[in-house]
Amino acid sequence: MSELWFFFEVLLSGMFAGTMYSLVALGFVLIFKASGVFNFAQGTMVLFAALCFVGFLEMGLPMVVAALIAIAIMVAWAFTVERLVLRHLVNQEPIILFMATIGVSFFLEGFGEFIWGGDVHPLNVGIPDDAWFVGPDGAMMIQQFDLSAAVIAGLLVTVLALFFHYTRIGRALRAVADDHQAALSVGIPLNQIWVIVWSVAGFVALVAGIIWGSRLGVQFSLSIVALKALPVLILGGFTSVPGAIVGGLIIGAGEKLAEIYIGPFFGGAIEEWFAYVLAMFFLLFRPQGLFGERIIERV
Amino acid sequence: MFYREAGIFKTSYASDQALFRIPLDRLFVIGVVAAAYLVVPFVGDQYWLGSILLPSLILSIAALGLNILTGYCGQVSLGTGAFMAAGAFMAYKFASNITWLPIPVVIVLGGLCAAAIGVAFGLPSLRIKGFYLAVTTLAAQFFLLWLFQKIPWFVNYSIAGVPTAPPREIFGILVTGAEASPAARYLFVLTFAVVLALVAANLVRGRIGRTWMAIRDMDIAAELIGIKPLNTKLSAFAVSSFYCGVAGALWSFCYINTVEASAFDIFRSFMVLFMVIVGGLGSILGSFLGAFFIFLLPIGLNNAVTTFGLPIATETITYIEFMVFGALIVFFLIVEPHGLARLWQIVKEKLRLWPFPY
Repeated sequence: MSELWFFFEVLLSGMFAGTMYSLVALGFVLIFKASGVFNFAQGTMVLFAALCFVGFLEMGLPMVVAALIAIAIMVAWAFTVERLVLRHLVNQEPIILFMATIGVSFFLEGFGEFIWGGDVHPLNVGIPDDAWFVGPDGAMMIQQFDLSAAVIAGLLVTVLALFFHYTRIGRALRAVADDHQAALSVGIPLNQIWVIVWSVAGFVALVAGIIWGSRLGVQFSLSIVALKALPVLILGGFTSVPGAIVGGLIIGAGEKLAEIYIGPFFGGAIEEWFAYVLAMFFLLFRPQGLFGERIIERV
Repeated sequence: MFYREAGIFKTSYASDQALFRIPLDRLFVIGVVAAAYLVVPFVGDQYWLGSILLPSLILSIAALGLNILTGYCGQVSLGTGAFMAAGAFMAYKFASNITWLPIPVVIVLGGLCAAAIGVAFGLPSLRIKGFYLAVTTLAAQFFLLWLFQKIPWFVNYSIAGVPTAPPREIFGILVTGAEASPAARYLFVLTFAVVLALVAANLVRGRIGRTWMAIRDMDIAAELIGIKPLNTKLSAFAVSSFYCGVAGALWSFCYINTVEASAFDIFRSFMVLFMVIVGGLGSILGSFLGAFFIFLLPIGLNNAVTTFGLPIATETITYIEFMVFGALIVFFLIVEPHGLARLWQIVKEKLRLWPFPY
């Protein structure tokens, strides 16, 4: 019986971890939907935003102020990227834009560490970090931290979904995502939309960075962890916000279960690659991802 | 004036289809290769040969491989490091278990094994395109490196887990391992680079290269004119991984002298991708230019800091390196998407009129 409880404990903790991947994946989806750019730099933006936040906290600023300044920096960053990179690459092939964001990612990584240093910064924003025991004799353990992170992720997704559906800007974003040309012709300013969407992605990155950072410490390896969002994305489909969430849950749970139940046969640490291989096999059967739009190609 | 295409009359099919149709081009390439063989080993010192030219040449081979896949066939790969690792580890297995095999055969066998693995990981490319494919190559990167680290069979159950490259000789001269002289290792690697570059140049202008480019430019249209995506994409993956495998084997055997997975991490994959972008997508020459440029840039930065005596900490230089790399990539993609190779072409066009412009 306790085996079954253990199974559910692993499943749940995996799904909670998955919501954190979803948070990063969400940033990718936002930018991809609005501009068709596959933003490889999202992972680094998570690191950078968290570094800024921690940096200001360590200077002795109150948390709210630090968060506000970090958001301001991310908006400024969005503006810079639009101005210096995206604007010059309009109408280029998607793959060129993708490689440009790899460049942006390297730059931001160097820049962040240049300013804030490469040390590990511990971060504590007061998210409770105890464990609850449920089930008979406390057979199942739930980390409060994981639960809070999942709740925050859920809230953020709801807010974003509402924003996308019910505000003027949200409607404009969806219009741009649908068809650049048509959106331009009805008077939606493309450049402004890009700045907005990169800012929102920056904000999501900050939230993800704070949560990841308070768990692992704010450090260089955050951007590698954030790479895990990529299989989440291809599993859920690039264009779907719910896809990012469901993909995150599947990847997170699958990864943890595989590590616990299959890992020992292979000497462990299969967490490193399981997500990617799972996503790869999944793609063989459904190339557009779970919720992605069917790709129809014409000559 | 001196460099021109006009006035060169081709009187046979052979001369019409030669690799370098302009005599000056041919002379230039032969001259560079001859200098690399006959002058450089005697002029260059230990540091230049062993720590600058050797790794640059090896990385050129890897860049050549990725350029075939990404530049010519249009399939983005972030798993170059893994294919290099495959070449290195399999070459090590061959070298240590079949000791009588000559070392060039060992390296080529390592490359062939990498090619087989590349084909396996290229299979998804038949259904998946673009970014999706880029992400699945990350699967190769993480999975293969994990495999080589976790399965002791690959390192012959060596206890330390990081075996040293076995010393091997050609014509009685050591070319691999720590004891080999830099000049011998340099010549060994140079031979591989020259031969592989020649093969690549001929492949991409032949039938197979044209099918690659057709798939790159528009895969559906290519399919309609009768190009089989299966053969084309998988052959690109095979050839590309072969090159990467050879590069990885050389990297382990001739440069770092140990066979370890950490030398081929994801950072290496990005480096090679940068070399291809900066050098020029779809250019043989570009692969070499890009590799030398990206490899020498951090060294140049470091030297600049020490010669000017700037008070900058070592970590800070690393961060600046990252920033410069990133900025360069963006700069090249915006200003010159065809990379350094295109700049060279522009120079050649200018040379046509030099020194007597209109």
